[in-house]
Amino acid sequence: MADHSSNTSELELLSFRLAEEEYSVDIMSVREIRGWTRATPLPHAPAYVRGVINLRGTVLPVVDLSVRLGMAPVEGDARNVIIVVQVGSQTAGLLVDAVSDILALPRNELQAPPELAADTAHSFIEALTIVDGRMIRVLDLGAVLPDEASEAA
Amino acid sequence: MATDPMAEIRASFFIECEELLESLQDALSDMDEGNYDNETINVVFRAVHSIKGGAGAFGLDALVGFAHRYETVLDELRSGRLELTPEAMKLFFHAADLLGDHVRAARDAGPVPPGSEECLVELEKLIGGGAGPAAEEEVTDFQPMGLSFDFGGALDEDLAPEEAASELPVWTVVMRPSAALYASGNEPLHLLRALAALGEASVLCIEDSPADLDALDPEAVTLHWQITLTGDITEADIREVFDFVEDVCQIDITEGAAGLPDLAPALSSAPTLAALPDSAPEDTGFGFFEDLPAPAPAPSAASAPEPSAPPAPDSAEAPESAAAVSAVIAPAAAAASSKEHAEASATVRVDLDRIDRLVNLVGELVINQAMLAQSVAEAGLPPNSAVMTGLEAFMMLTRDIQDSVMMIRAQPVKPLFQRMARIVREASHAVGKEVRLRTEGDKTVIERLADPLTHMIRNAVDHGLETPDTRAAAGKPTEGVITLSAQHRSGRVVIEVSDDGAGINRPKVRDIAIAKGLVAPDAQLSDAEIDNLLFLPGFSTADKVSALSGRGVGMDVVRSSIQSLGGRISISSEPGKGTRFSISLPLTLAVLDGMVVSVAGETLVVPLSSILETATLSSEDIRALGPETNVIHVRGAFVPLYDLGAELGYRCPRANYEGGIVLLTAQENGARSALIVDAILEQRQVVIKGLQRSYGHIPGVAAATILGDGQIALILDPADLVQNASGRTRGPNLALAG
Amino acid sequence: MSLTVLAVDDSRTIRDMLKLALTEAGITLHLAEDGVHGLEVLEGIAPDAIISDINMPRLDGFGFIEAVRGQDKHRATPILVLTTESAPELKARARAAGATGWIVKPFDPPKLIKALQMVAG
Repeated sequence: MADHSSNTSELELLSFRLAEEEYSVDIMSVREIRGWTRATPLPHAPAYVRGVINLRGTVLPVVDLSVRLGMAPVEGDARNVIIVVQVGSQTAGLLVDAVSDILALPRNELQAPPELAADTAHSFIEALTIVDGRMIRVLDLGAVLPDEASEAA
Repeated sequence: MATDPMAEIRASFFIECEELLESLQDALSDMDEGNYDNETINVVFRAVHSIKGGAGAFGLDALVGFAHRYETVLDELRSGRLELTPEAMKLFFHAADLLGDHVRAARDAGPVPPGSEECLVELEKLIGGGAGPAAEEEVTDFQPMGLSFDFGGALDEDLAPEEAASELPVWTVVMRPSAALYASGNEPLHLLRALAALGEASVLCIEDSPADLDALDPEAVTLHWQITLTGDITEADIREVFDFVEDVCQIDITEGAAGLPDLAPALSSAPTLAALPDSAPEDTGFGFFEDLPAPAPAPSAASAPEPSAPPAPDSAEAPESAAAVSAVIAPAAAAASSKEHAEASATVRVDLDRIDRLVNLVGELVINQAMLAQSVAEAGLPPNSAVMTGLEAFMMLTRDIQDSVMMIRAQPVKPLFQRMARIVREASHAVGKEVRLRTEGDKTVIERLADPLTHMIRNAVDHGLETPDTRAAAGKPTEGVITLSAQHRSGRVVIEVSDDGAGINRPKVRDIAIAKGLVAPDAQLSDAEIDNLLFLPGFSTADKVSALSGRGVGMDVVRSSIQSLGGRISISSEPGKGTRFSISLPLTLAVLDGMVVSVAGETLVVPLSSILETATLSSEDIRALGPETNVIHVRGAFVPLYDLGAELGYRCPRANYEGGIVLLTAQENGARSALIVDAILEQRQVVIKGLQRSYGHIPGVAAATILGDGQIALILDPADLVQNASGRTRGPNLALAG
Repeated sequence: MSLTVLAVDDSRTIRDMLKLALTEAGITLHLAEDGVHGLEVLEGIAPDAIISDINMPRLDGFGFIEAVRGQDKHRATPILVLTTESAPELKARARAAGATGWIVKPFDPPKLIKALQMVAG
């Protein structure tokens, strides 16, 4: 959509919908986009971990992004989409409602999110921006995906 | 000879050395346990002997020197002249360790291992002192016999001065073979040829006593030869030709030409013997007379130098003269093929990561093939259609590839265990304790355990085991035993390091933990909790840092390295009896035989190796234990019952388990458990896929797999599940998470 | 020259080196790993000479030589003993078993070939 100058002052984002709101992630971290498929639940896993799916022979954990952000679970049907992202050595799938668009924005158009202590979602949002009158939240993937937990002996 | 082939052979030699060192260790261990015979000792001897032999070829002097002196002592053992005492055994082990060090030093051009001389001196004391490092036996061929001037006939000395007038020396050689020469496969013709190659030769064949042809025994010795040699030849050159036959042939060498002995009537008198027609009945020449080929020009230039000593120091012999002997010996009806018989198989060193990747790919292949098979089945093709037969062939190939790859992947643990044995020897020696290492069990384990194991074993020697005096006072044998075992259990690999020492000093541990602020002074700790304090960072009970294990490398480092492999470590101890560390690792082999079961609508896989048996539940087998737990009555014993669906959070405990299927499993300590599933679907091989650790350890789940339909099924770890289980098979409220 | 030689030694390194040295000289070489194997290989060939180690598993050099000499067709086949030991009593024992000659390891390839020619032509 936007011109593809490999300009480091520009950021390319993949935007998607989640519970009537729009979010986005840095396109550089997106590996692929899959249609919804039923995840095998992981016993005793955190509530936001939907389970695992088979990604071409790899066992991929799927995060219900809505739950992660403190909202109601995504329903999970054929209309949903799983965005496979990679942060560092971790790969995971984000279960969202639908993918919207690819946006290219100059970095200076990103704003820091305001402090809203009551909002759990706040800690996962890196920046805000306005496109065509819509507010788009830029996710901090590192916060969305949990750290490597240490193994209990 | 530093050409490429030699470099290859050299590399191959070092691999052979490792194999020999391994068999040496094995045989020594057998001897140590009293489980040996003469052949065992021979194996020990041959291992050292072969290493020495090969090393000599590459000029690895330090290695040759060490191996030679070790071998000399072993030879005494082999011939029964040396008694095998425990002290000797210790020295043999030590020498074997040093030999290995020497091999590696030779291979990597490293420094000579320290302590070699001391060890050799101790060894040589066993046989009454050796000759020391200079005692390398001189590499000699047979000793020359003394000259004897017995010609059996008159020597016409008048001839001698005439011959001497020529520039070149002249020699007369009388060669009188005994029957043993022929019996040993020697052939006078070759000797004559070799002599002729040295210079100009005239040969006289003398029959000792003419015999009737008919009565002639072809193997009786009736001939001898007199050869007159002219050429730039020394006596040593001539002697050398007779290297192999000095003990079976009388050789007389004199300077100057000899007169023709007047012995046999039917010989010509000319110095040079022409070829006699074979019709002459008296000349029983056996075909030995023929024109000897013209000798090569007198070899004066030294050709190949001979650094490795033997008796003819002058290198006057020329290999080219050998080529002058042009007679072609027709190879006997040898099979035309120069097929060589099976050599020892070649080996390749491969990066472990590459093998892992290969194993993964093979795993993918298996999955995809299973998915294909499923699709084909669903497509409803007739069983003998081309697609089905093709698929069957495909399946067999896949299975073959899988087997081959698995064999590559399975790593023998023996080298690791042998290394541990050496560490025990050195460690116990360093602290003055007597310790023996016992190894047992199934051996397929990862190399990466070497460091944690080393540390644990050193710890055991240093802290776990008491001094011989303390042990004796406690009524224990003065020799401590450390047992190292490796086993497959419940789909995991379990490695145990246990000692029969004093056990964990719990009061002391507790005090140290308090002193270091790791626990509160008034904390109430169970025995197990105190034991686990050892795993805390910064914990060390060593009063003084011992040379071995005290230096800040604690059990916390051991635990984290095991965790990084996806494993667990636990500790148990009994005061006065000993301590045991149990390491449990996830499967290293990527394929598992599993039972596929259905639980609350989910498909799970239970490792077949952990299932003792299966049964169908009927209510009368179930007995209540507590308010919410049940046991099941199995053949006279009561086994705790677990509802997998409930334990995994898929559903609440059921009211009625009638008709449910029960899997009887065993934990690591042998205790049994019964797991309730809804149905058994099938039994099959599955490919193990790891789960990312980011979401923490999931109790009861070892890994995952992808089934034929592409769905993921979790692979259970029954032992882990039971350990973390609630056991609730009655009562309300077990909500499903997620 | 085209001799056919059978060499018997339990060390893979020595076999490799024999192969290198002798085949370079145009000799057809057959190899075996110990005395028993050597006898098996011998069945199918008619070597001009045999080279044998002393210390080998299953059947050592002495046993091997004696067995070879016990075969009619090999009563006079030249046999060279190739070994690191040079003690006189071992030499005598080898001779008693019927060995033709003796070469000490580490062997010098030209010397070995010369020795072969000496006994096999």
